[in-house]
Amino acid sequence: MEKKKIKLPETEEGTVVFNVPLPEDLSQLKKMSPIIIKWPYHIDYIHSYGQDSPFFAGLANKKLLGTKCPKCGYKYATPKFHCTHCGSECDWFELPLEGRIHTWTTCYYGSQEFLKETPFNLMLAEFEGVDTLLLARLVGVSQDEIRIGMKVKAKFRRNSQFKPTDVYFVPAE
Amino acid sequence: MRDVYMVAGGVSKFTKARTDKTFQAMVKEAFDYAMNDVPNLTIDQIDGSVASYFSDHFQRQLMAGIMVHDYLGLCPKESKRVEGGGATGGLCFQTAWAEVASGRQDVCVAYGFETMSHVNTWKGNEFIALASDTNYDYPVGGFYTGYYAMMVVRHMYEFGTTREQLAMVSVKNYHNAFYNPYAQKRQKITIEDVLNAPMVAYPLGMLDICVMSDGAAVCILADEKMAAKLTNKPVRIASVGCGTDAMRMADRPHGEVILLPHESPDDYKGLKYPGVHSFRAGRMGAKLAYERGGINNPLEELDFVELHDAYTSSELQTYEDLGLCKYGEGGQFIESGKPNLDGICPVNPSGGLLACGHPVGATGLMQAVFAFWQLQETIGKHFGNDTLQIHNAKRGLIHSHAGTGTYVTVSILEKAF
Repeated sequence: MEKKKIKLPETEEGTVVFNVPLPEDLSQLKKMSPIIIKWPYHIDYIHSYGQDSPFFAGLANKKLLGTKCPKCGYKYATPKFHCTHCGSECDWFELPLEGRIHTWTTCYYGSQEFLKETPFNLMLAEFEGVDTLLLARLVGVSQDEIRIGMKVKAKFRRNSQFKPTDVYFVPAE
Repeated sequence: MRDVYMVAGGVSKFTKARTDKTFQAMVKEAFDYAMNDVPNLTIDQIDGSVASYFSDHFQRQLMAGIMVHDYLGLCPKESKRVEGGGATGGLCFQTAWAEVASGRQDVCVAYGFETMSHVNTWKGNEFIALASDTNYDYPVGGFYTGYYAMMVVRHMYEFGTTREQLAMVSVKNYHNAFYNPYAQKRQKITIEDVLNAPMVAYPLGMLDICVMSDGAAVCILADEKMAAKLTNKPVRIASVGCGTDAMRMADRPHGEVILLPHESPDDYKGLKYPGVHSFRAGRMGAKLAYERGGINNPLEELDFVELHDAYTSSELQTYEDLGLCKYGEGGQFIESGKPNLDGICPVNPSGGLLACGHPVGATGLMQAVFAFWQLQETIGKHFGNDTLQIHNAKRGLIHSHAGTGTYVTVSILEKAF
């Protein structure tokens, strides 16, 4: 195992530089160090939830909506508007607000967007009589207390952000 | 379909950041290495290429594939890009195989690269997590290590798999990579090192996870006639298979196991499959490759496996998908020593993704190159030492894996001399 190196953390701050030296002897150029610049990038997407939109309207109104296939009866906890199994158009239905933990983790690191929220718990919820699962945050419980099969209940943000995190789960026991 | 042979390969040294070269020049390095290995091959004998890179976000350059094709001097020959997440390299390899097998090309170059150092690790994790449903999954806390952690937590629940068993995978692969000069991480580690490493997403710690890399890899494939002209050590691509599954883990069914020839339904009474504990796509890819390659008992008939160990957990789960052991027995399989370098079927003798690094578009092709050198018995020549050479290896399997198990390719390579 490598010894722990002592070093300052790297940051993305830098200095604005408008010129660098160039050797007169051009044969030296192949030995030149690479020039590395900062290249920012920001976009605001105009993202439509499309046929998934009712799910988010449901969250804003404290309802958890899934879909069910009228033909083969398959029930989706994470909505699918067309059935994977038979291709039929599905109908919306209300999911129960209580379920169980199918699996879970505690994230101590994360993608940049969520890094400031660490540590956080992710879980897949299972609902009685529903064929598929739902990914959500599990709140108010620490890693050593979480168990597969634990009863959990859905809670909703009062001010909806129209994100799947408008619903989250807490222990029901 | 025609028989297809691999005749040469090259890999750039995988490293955290290749700031000295752009992606085109990095691929050129691997390409020149491969070309030097087949001195009779000239550029005009190459019919075309297939490009492999996963994310446009890292490079922020659309159509990077054609820029490589041009840099290699291959314009105006035919070319295309293939993309399928972590399996992009494997899909590229199989697409190049199809180009030759179909008779459209006699010599086809498959090249892959990724330049992940162009953003910081946590931004890179964000880019990778965009390979999850951006309506329902990504916004909840998109993070692939978190997704894999949830899958292995369920595997532990179903089958009693332990963190120590996961750690054994890392120790094995780091041990192998110590002798591989192409590997990004060359250090010997212990079970305690893995268990005590900072936790990333329970139960996966820093040493259970592969790192971000810059790197490139190239495979040159040819038909029988050209292969005979180019090398006296050709390796035949005996069969290829590919499987798929739903992007969202939440959508995975809980049904019946897809059986391999050496398994019976009695083996899996009461097991709901694949759930989130197993990769149906990996099993399907293996089933197809075994059927097409005439393999009935993979553990006995394969001399080694290079599989997609982005996580220690996914290596252990993949033992089961590939039928090296039964579902649920991955933990015992690593404990048995069977996948060790001196075991009955060495798995990741190169060091795998965990220790070699995972420059996504290059990874599946890197596996092909290492497998090719194993079957040629030229590991000593290319690695500068033959510690990792598996003697008399006749048949090897390479496995490339995307998403949370969405696309998985399995290809079988055989010594043909």
